[in-house]
Amino acid sequence: MQVIWQGETIPIDLSFMEVVNTRSGEQVQLCYHCHKCGAGCPIASFMDYTPDKLFRMAQLGLKRQVLSSSTIWLCSACHTCATRCPNDIDVTRVMDTLKEMALEEKIKSRQKVAALFHKGFLANLKRFGQLHEASLMAVLKLKTLNLFSDLKLGLKMFLRGKIALFPKRIKGRKEIRKLFKEIRRRGKVPQES
Amino acid sequence: MKKIGVFVCWCGSNIAGTIDVDKVVEEVSKLEGVVHSESYRYLCSDPGQAIIETAIREKGLSGVVVAACSPTMHETTFRRTVARAGMNPYRCEIANIREQCSWVHQAAKDEATGKAIKIIESMVEKVKLDEELYPIHSVLIKRALVVGGGISGLKAASEIANSGYEVVLVEREPSLGGRAMQLSSTFPDFDAAEDIVLPLMEEVSRSPRVKLMTYSELEEVAGHVGQFNIRVRKRLRYVDHEKCTACGLCIKECPVEVPSAFEMGLGKRKAIYIPFPDAVPDKPVIDAETCLFFKEGGCEACRSVCEPKAIDFDQQDTIVEEEVGAIVLATGYSLFPKEKVAEYGYGKYADVISGLEFERLNSATGPTGGEVRRPSDGKVPKELVFIQCTGSRDQEKGVPYCSRICCMYTAKQAMLFKQKVPDGQAYVFYIDVCSGGKGYEEFVQRCQEENRTLYLRGRVSRVFQDNGKVVVWGADTLSGKRIEVAADMVVLATAIVPRSDSKELAKKVRIATDEYGFFSEAHIKLRPVESQTAGIFLAGCAHSPKDITDSVSQAGCAASKVKALFAADELVSEPMVAYVDKDACVGCEMCVAACPYEARILHERKKIAMVEEALCQGCGGCVAACPSGASQMRNLTTDQVLAMIDAIS
Repeated sequence: MQVIWQGETIPIDLSFMEVVNTRSGEQVQLCYHCHKCGAGCPIASFMDYTPDKLFRMAQLGLKRQVLSSSTIWLCSACHTCATRCPNDIDVTRVMDTLKEMALEEKIKSRQKVAALFHKGFLANLKRFGQLHEASLMAVLKLKTLNLFSDLKLGLKMFLRGKIALFPKRIKGRKEIRKLFKEIRRRGKVPQES
Repeated sequence: MKKIGVFVCWCGSNIAGTIDVDKVVEEVSKLEGVVHSESYRYLCSDPGQAIIETAIREKGLSGVVVAACSPTMHETTFRRTVARAGMNPYRCEIANIREQCSWVHQAAKDEATGKAIKIIESMVEKVKLDEELYPIHSVLIKRALVVGGGISGLKAASEIANSGYEVVLVEREPSLGGRAMQLSSTFPDFDAAEDIVLPLMEEVSRSPRVKLMTYSELEEVAGHVGQFNIRVRKRLRYVDHEKCTACGLCIKECPVEVPSAFEMGLGKRKAIYIPFPDAVPDKPVIDAETCLFFKEGGCEACRSVCEPKAIDFDQQDTIVEEEVGAIVLATGYSLFPKEKVAEYGYGKYADVISGLEFERLNSATGPTGGEVRRPSDGKVPKELVFIQCTGSRDQEKGVPYCSRICCMYTAKQAMLFKQKVPDGQAYVFYIDVCSGGKGYEEFVQRCQEENRTLYLRGRVSRVFQDNGKVVVWGADTLSGKRIEVAADMVVLATAIVPRSDSKELAKKVRIATDEYGFFSEAHIKLRPVESQTAGIFLAGCAHSPKDITDSVSQAGCAASKVKALFAADELVSEPMVAYVDKDACVGCEMCVAACPYEARILHERKKIAMVEEALCQGCGGCVAACPSGASQMRNLTTDQVLAMIDAIS
């Protein structure tokens, strides 16, 4: 079977969906495209495909198109879709799986900032055991060299006490690191490149 | 001189709250012919009815007007009341002063009272001219005809016979079984079709109360409910089934091979044949159209090997006449014709087949012994495309309705395919999946989840052959992409259509069909298994496309209707029917055309119209149509209506 995509004929790899299923533990073929996930997604308007459309592409085995979509990186993992899905698909888990696969496949994302954010987020978490917004922001700004964006919002949040100056370290930092190590040992998260 | 009593009901405050009942009683007592009038709080109550009975007995009333609620509420109640007092019930009339007066004129009490008096006055005039009527009793033959020996007909016949009534079962094909027998297995439980149909066939054919007529056709139907006279033509088998021992030698010896209709043309049969193993009757017939003896003469291969001398080339057509009281029509369906599905290459490419053909490929007794092999080269297909709504839901080239069973059997077939070809992949092009039924949606979900059948939402635009493959061009509207599948085989879920001669049959038995040729029911919700003609009931796909579950339900219901009809000793019907003034009738047949119940017929010799009272429903259509005033309705004659109008004008 072939899909004709913007004039290009793409042979379909139906095993792609099976890989996604196995790795995410979800059943992507259950999606019957009611669009409820896309309808409630706070970020849907910024995505190139809504989650259900992305799932459809996964069902058709359009691997490259799925892994290079902005959707998988823009997903903020708010779980709204996963809570609402009538077929009980944990969309967020599938998105995470797709992010991992995109990294493995070294597919250049059009959402570099989002990718950097995700990486910085995890590194921050590993270090402090809980998120320290200020240092995450600093890292992100240095990496993107976009120093002055969101300054106003940042200041507002700081004045309201939403951004702590110094990180709070939790007691169980060792356990958190162990968790990271264990997950990496199981080979579920690719090495940061 | 008529002695009429008028009884005014208060209906609590429903009537008395608006209408001055005392004034009404006083005014109507002055009317000519009214010898008694009174009012009561609730006339429908026991004491209320007792008042009416007492008045009839004491004053010797010959007519009664009950001024109360709508006749649909309590007409029967009060007619029974007057009958208890010895009066003819058809001389009791209801004057509706509640729904048509007090309820709608609550703000105008005086006018309402005046209107109530007028309504009663008009009814008094009607009652004066009311005749004494008696229910029409007619003969009831407690024997049913079932047309069609498929699963619906078998079920209806079995249920009627099991209740102790005789059944005449007429089947056009050489064997019972019908379409269901052609199926491999059934949804949603994969029960083998044979396991469902064969026991029914056995039961019906062994029942002492069923007279089986296979290879026979209904030729003529006359009469009416309770008393139909039918003529059945027994087609020529050229095999004496009394002598035949079903040894099968003749079939072996026959040199002619033709495509088998039972196998949907995918397998062969001889000119002398039994359509399928375990057929009922399990004895052969000769198809004269392909038999060499009839075509060219000379060949007598079958006759020469037949030891019991059962082959009889000189057989004559026989017509059998039967009398029955009720008819169940279960004549089944056909498939949307091949030539109309040319865009999908059906009829052009061997590997584009219909769903029913795919059933035969999956059947253990089918041409491939149950293995899925494509017709062109016998290869096991790996990529299989199902196209739903072939002809259905297509106003332009097909039929506008949904054929109702295709979504389910396609899912079943995709699952069967996966069971038989585990490394195969099935694709289903669909527009909507209609899976309304017990366990149906779950079944379709299973097909997608467990069997990994890929459902593609969109219609197929083109099917063509390329390099030994059948290439399907379609769309996936969910991703907005065009799809191309180089498939090994394509299965079309072709629309269910009525039998080509369904309209002819409908005309024969005098029932209506819809625009497509499916038999029409009397009321889509309240009388879904009855035709508009009394005593004729419908079952299965001859009425509308439906699955086995629904067909069997409807057949059971039709059987129950027949049994309910037969439970009475004789047929009793309402006497409020049309009649003809013989002197006024000119035989123009306007009434015949106007009657929706086929109750009006022209007397061949006298050339005047008559009323078949058992069929007449008292609708008055003929009365309105009659230009000479010859058609009249009992107790609602033109004279009565004019008198009623005079009274209020």
